[in-house]
Amino acid sequence: MSGRKIGEVILDLQNISLRFGGVKALTDISFDVREHEIRAIIGPNGAGKSSMLNVINGVYHPQEGKIFWRGQERRKMEPHEAAQQNIARTFQNIALFKGMSVLDNIMTGRITKMRANFIEHALWFGRARREELEHRRRVEEVIDFLEIQHIRKTPVGRLPYGLQKRVELGRALAAEPAMLLLDEPMAGMNVEEKQDMCRFILDVNDQFGTTIVLIEHDMGVVMDISDRVVVLDYGKKIGDGVPDEVKNNEDVIRAYLGAGH
Amino acid sequence: MPETAAWQAQDTFPRLLLEHARVRGGKAAMREKHLGIWQTWSWGEVAERAGALACGLAELGLRRGDNVAIIGDNRPNLYMAMLAVQCLGGVPVPLYQDAVADEMKFVLQDASIRFALVEDQEQVDKLLEIREQLPALEHIAYDDPRGMRHYAQPFLHDIEALLAVGRVRQQDHPDFLGEEIDKGGSDDVSVMLYTSGTTGKPKGVCLTHRAFISAAQGGVEFDRLGPDDEVLSYLPMAWVGDHLFSLAQATVAGFAINCPESGETVMNDLREIGPTYYFAPPRVFENLLTQVTIRMEDASPLKRRLFDYFMAVARRCGADILDGKPVGAGDRLRYALGNVLVYGPLKNVLGMSRIRVAYTAGAAIGPDLFRFYRSIGINLKQLYGQTETCAYVCLQPDGEIKFDSVGKPAPGVEVKIADNGEILVRGPNLLKEYYKRPDATAEALDGEGYFLTGDAGFFDEDGHLKIIDRAKDVGKLGNGAMFAPNYIENKLKFFPYVKEAVAFGHQREHVCAFINIDIGAVGNWAERRGIAYSGYADLAGKAEVGELIRQCVEQVNQQLVAEGMLADSQVHRFLVLHKELDPDDDELTRTRKVRRNFVADKYRVLIDALYSGLDSQYIETLVRFEDGRTGKVAADLRIHDAKTFAAERLAA
Repeated sequence: MSGRKIGEVILDLQNISLRFGGVKALTDISFDVREHEIRAIIGPNGAGKSSMLNVINGVYHPQEGKIFWRGQERRKMEPHEAAQQNIARTFQNIALFKGMSVLDNIMTGRITKMRANFIEHALWFGRARREELEHRRRVEEVIDFLEIQHIRKTPVGRLPYGLQKRVELGRALAAEPAMLLLDEPMAGMNVEEKQDMCRFILDVNDQFGTTIVLIEHDMGVVMDISDRVVVLDYGKKIGDGVPDEVKNNEDVIRAYLGAGH
Repeated sequence: MPETAAWQAQDTFPRLLLEHARVRGGKAAMREKHLGIWQTWSWGEVAERAGALACGLAELGLRRGDNVAIIGDNRPNLYMAMLAVQCLGGVPVPLYQDAVADEMKFVLQDASIRFALVEDQEQVDKLLEIREQLPALEHIAYDDPRGMRHYAQPFLHDIEALLAVGRVRQQDHPDFLGEEIDKGGSDDVSVMLYTSGTTGKPKGVCLTHRAFISAAQGGVEFDRLGPDDEVLSYLPMAWVGDHLFSLAQATVAGFAINCPESGETVMNDLREIGPTYYFAPPRVFENLLTQVTIRMEDASPLKRRLFDYFMAVARRCGADILDGKPVGAGDRLRYALGNVLVYGPLKNVLGMSRIRVAYTAGAAIGPDLFRFYRSIGINLKQLYGQTETCAYVCLQPDGEIKFDSVGKPAPGVEVKIADNGEILVRGPNLLKEYYKRPDATAEALDGEGYFLTGDAGFFDEDGHLKIIDRAKDVGKLGNGAMFAPNYIENKLKFFPYVKEAVAFGHQREHVCAFINIDIGAVGNWAERRGIAYSGYADLAGKAEVGELIRQCVEQVNQQLVAEGMLADSQVHRFLVLHKELDPDDDELTRTRKVRRNFVADKYRVLIDALYSGLDSQYIETLVRFEDGRTGKVAADLRIHDAKTFAAERLAA
């Protein structure tokens, strides 16, 4: 029934290797992400999933390999540059401003879109005023989309875990990203919260056409919602393909069931 | 008064709508919060949109007399849809929006629904799920397009698209709408509301324009409501109370309906809108008070002492000040101070600062609960009525408030008590008939045109009606003393810790009861005492909780003993249920009334255990989750004895 069309390759990672001193985090990994798809990265603990996300995000700089973003080779860059390239992310451990309201937290996601200067903001004058109204409208759309109207003004620290995760997703969405990186969006959630989160991820992908790269442990969830899955183990790629292929891949089964170790 | 002219001249809701559009076209008629901002539709806009929607529905083939299902939360578009259907001479049939598809099936089949106007994808999905069994259903229109992009079925329509179609038709046939409205008469059915079915299958109650307009008009005149009033519409649209207080009275008096942003934001929306007119079942008032109590218990000692002191002042003289009775200068001064420090801020938090009139109905309200609201200066009153009478039989006049009566017969309504104690009602507000149920209609209306309410009651010396219980529920204990289960349950339910109670005793030697704890209040109580619990069942099974509830039961026993004729109804033994009674398990109706017989059957082993003197009883219960799956909960329930008191027999 899906109306979205999976497009061209938007992000291409070629032969990425990442080392911290003598520790090899990632070894010679290549895969690509197509526009509008949901791409999952899975693997056992310590497989290098979060490192991979941090490479995409510009937090880590691989020693070897090339990254192509929309066909252009990417130089070494910083996370804020990734943000400006419309890549947004959420974190494994929630990284929100606990004392600020849900509304203000999501508003921070708009920061890269703000053009007015400091003086204008301080006086809430001219461009700053027009911009803020526009940003607020956009934030309200996100609040409506994620069905969190009832906690709009609640400080984030007072919310249950599942809702905090949703707020974090909201902040990432507020940036209107072309690509969304989700680091374990469902960790520590109960079944109902996971169902809600799955629905929101699918809705985001469907309604805004956002490309999504996600790390997740829950295999059921991954197999249900992903278009393609890449499997890492000990920093190496051991599988890549549509969920059914990956499920039947000998190496993947071995890595997960521990056979042969 | 020019306001009164509208309803005197106009005898159907569509005509009233046009009249308001003419007289106060620019004034707010409906509001809803969207993207954090209150959106307003004026009477002119409402009339235009309802008219256009009517034309759109006509284009799809809606005919005079068709029943149209309306399913969803309170949304302006759905209220307008009701008016649109009425414009064409159709009959809107609102359904409870939280019912599962299977429960909706009966009503949709019974009313041979051809058109359904629904809120969102959730409701559309429910209808699609049972569509095979609804051969009459031809078209579904939805208000919220979210998630609907991939539904390609040709019988699904966006309401906005229907409006566009309707506007084109209006240009081509400019006289069509006016002619259709002219064809309508005041004796046409204006709405069909299904009874919640405490017993048996739901019945469709057909209510005419005349009935609802007379009921709305009576209420509006009685409380001097006008176009400047504001009401928050958040109760299910399928409930007669919402239909009367929101749509019918607003369309008669010309005031504004405000719809909340979502079900969870009602408290906030209430505070932002600050309605002047408010209607809620006792449960809502109870929940508000429970929240206040919980928050006060967590407050600092100074605030708590301030609260306690001024609440004592309010209890002493607040209600009298509101009723305009003489009160000493000292108390007046203290009350004024309390108003600044406590009552005013409290009312503001509750969103009740601007309330002129608030009503409660649907179930009996605990006297202490009732006094609490009146004592802080909220003009809370009770009314009495049922679906068949447009919820309009008795009202409490200002200044004549008694907590245990429902007031005097409303203007235009005759009330009399039958020999068996049953309350009979006659007036223009009665139902026309039960839909396709002449047998039930004949049973409910007697030869003289009185409606048999099924409630037992009596008039006191001031002409106020007192309700005892459902006539058929009033039973007798083994020794012949009167047993009114509702009466006992309501006393129990007044405690914030007790969410629901079911009393048994008909033809038994004494009274026993099931108790449902309120997880919010008891949970908070347990936390403050450092009692750890893992969930509802665990908390309900704690010995400390049993002890807490025992104290509540014993207090009720003390009250009952003071009421002479009910002294024998004291609760001897009780148990705390391991699960909440739930409409999804058919234990409560959708309006959250206990289905007594069903509960008695389902938990027969527990009742047997109560009467056989056992200390505990094991039980397994099937529960249905919100997504329709079922599961089992099991528990070993402890049975508690409560102290009873000897009646002090007064010398005759």
